[in-house]
Amino acid sequence: MSNATANLVALHTLVRREIMRILRIWTQTLIPPAITMTLYFVIFGKLIGSRIGSIEGGFSYMQYIVPGLVMMSIITNSYGNISSSFFGAKFSRAVEEMLVSPMPNWVILLGYVTGAVTRGLVVGVLVLLIALFFTSLHVVHPVITFFSVLLGATIFSLAGFVNAVYAKKFDDIALVPTFVLTPLTYLGGVFYSVNMLGEPWQAISRANPILYMVNAFRFGVLGISDVNIGVAFVVMLAFVAGLSFVALQLLGRGVGLRS
Amino acid sequence: MVQPMPQQSATATPALVVDNLRKTYGNGVEALKGVSLTVQPGDFFALLGPNGAGKSTLIGILSSLVNSTSGDARVFGVSVNKQRNDAMRLIGLVPQEINFNQFEKPFDICVNEAGFYGIPRKIAAQRAEKYLKELRLWDKAQHQARMLSGGMKRRLMIARAMMNEPKLLILDEPTAGVDIEIRRSMWQFVSGINAAGTTVILTTHYLEEAEQLCRNIAIIDHGTIVENTTMKRLLATLDVEAFILDVVAAPASLPTLPGVTLRRVDDYTLEAEMSREHDLNSLFATLSAHGVTVKSMRNKTNRLEELFVRLVENGRDKAA
Repeated sequence: MSNATANLVALHTLVRREIMRILRIWTQTLIPPAITMTLYFVIFGKLIGSRIGSIEGGFSYMQYIVPGLVMMSIITNSYGNISSSFFGAKFSRAVEEMLVSPMPNWVILLGYVTGAVTRGLVVGVLVLLIALFFTSLHVVHPVITFFSVLLGATIFSLAGFVNAVYAKKFDDIALVPTFVLTPLTYLGGVFYSVNMLGEPWQAISRANPILYMVNAFRFGVLGISDVNIGVAFVVMLAFVAGLSFVALQLLGRGVGLRS
Repeated sequence: MVQPMPQQSATATPALVVDNLRKTYGNGVEALKGVSLTVQPGDFFALLGPNGAGKSTLIGILSSLVNSTSGDARVFGVSVNKQRNDAMRLIGLVPQEINFNQFEKPFDICVNEAGFYGIPRKIAAQRAEKYLKELRLWDKAQHQARMLSGGMKRRLMIARAMMNEPKLLILDEPTAGVDIEIRRSMWQFVSGINAAGTTVILTTHYLEEAEQLCRNIAIIDHGTIVENTTMKRLLATLDVEAFILDVVAAPASLPTLPGVTLRRVDDYTLEAEMSREHDLNSLFATLSAHGVTVKSMRNKTNRLEELFVRLVENGRDKAA
């Protein structure tokens, strides 16, 4: 059997195992984000949003926040999936099953990232379906929508992987989402347009990578964005490349994995 | 129980060559201080040593879980450092600690492990069934692994290690905490695997296991190999043996016999320490002449255990 075929089998095995894990604990992986986002739609979109009226481009507040909330759920679920799954494997030492195998590091990384992106996308679709109960949406740029979601999920899967590699206890994988991810998401233009901010807050906001993901997705769905869509994709691709490099370096050196 | 070594051609590539392997951990602990050894294909090889001697570090390096500081190891000629992935295809590892996801099913654990080695799912499923049946785990194949007993978990790790049908099977204290019946069934299985041609390296603290199963032995202490020879040759170096004699009634005053030290343990037990050159007939004749009836006798300690303790203590005396 060629190495390429063996790697493909290994990748398929790992992705399958990750997806089976998501399905096995669906009450923890799929239901909570659906409930949380339903509450966001009811409170921010329906109750408060109805008093705000149109926010930008003639869209209702509910329509405006749907892409941001979908992207927010994709980001948090991709991140949460990989950090808990990989750290869980480290904690139980089951990660050794992979480390002693001939599977190359890039297959391990790609397998975990694919699993996490899958959960992000499934949750994204669920949230989008729920959103349709509250408002009507029609996707303006389907290709941009798809790739913005894919890149957003990939970036945070990779970030979650790096977090899990460094984590020594379960608290460590909760710190980044609490103190970094959530603030960045809320300040990333999910609930408002950064054009509403004055300087220097507008310039500071543009240093937030989540702003580019949310706006790329919003551009795909609604056709409006606070940032140049080309710049948004360059930023996202740069993050994917940078984080992939870091993750592979960590795996290669065995940081937190090999003595 | 030791099987004869399978016939190998004179030019057969060794199953394992460890070449001046060193490991110093980040905290400064020097776990391996230039370990070198060779294991021939088809061998059943014992790697023994006290806790903290460096056994697990050596196994960790062979299975790529530990990065060596210097030196290399070759598995059937394939360098662990330079051709890691190819070397790993040849190895099956049964680690000391339980290291599978306890929420997965034994069948899935085995099939997934095979997948990591690039073995297609259909073949993996057949192998999982074969090895889970051989290790008497098939009826638990679809239960969560956390529901298995300690002995079952250890057998599951053997089944998992067999999924890539390795040429070199490394067992790191596989019978720790396992009852005697399960231990015997495990050794029966591993002996069968070895008889079929798989080279086996075993670390264990049950020295009678090593004595019964292994043909060659290395003893490691403080990161260095203090002995590396055949089991027969090592056992032949034992010059003094101690026996426990169960007697009908132990006399208050014991007979004396040159070259034998007799000691009264209790009313029904004597202990005899004698050189290997000394025959047992004269001991029995002397005891019989003094009216002592011996009902049964046994070694006070396992012979290998005796040697092991002596070698390790000698090493420590020299170090001191």
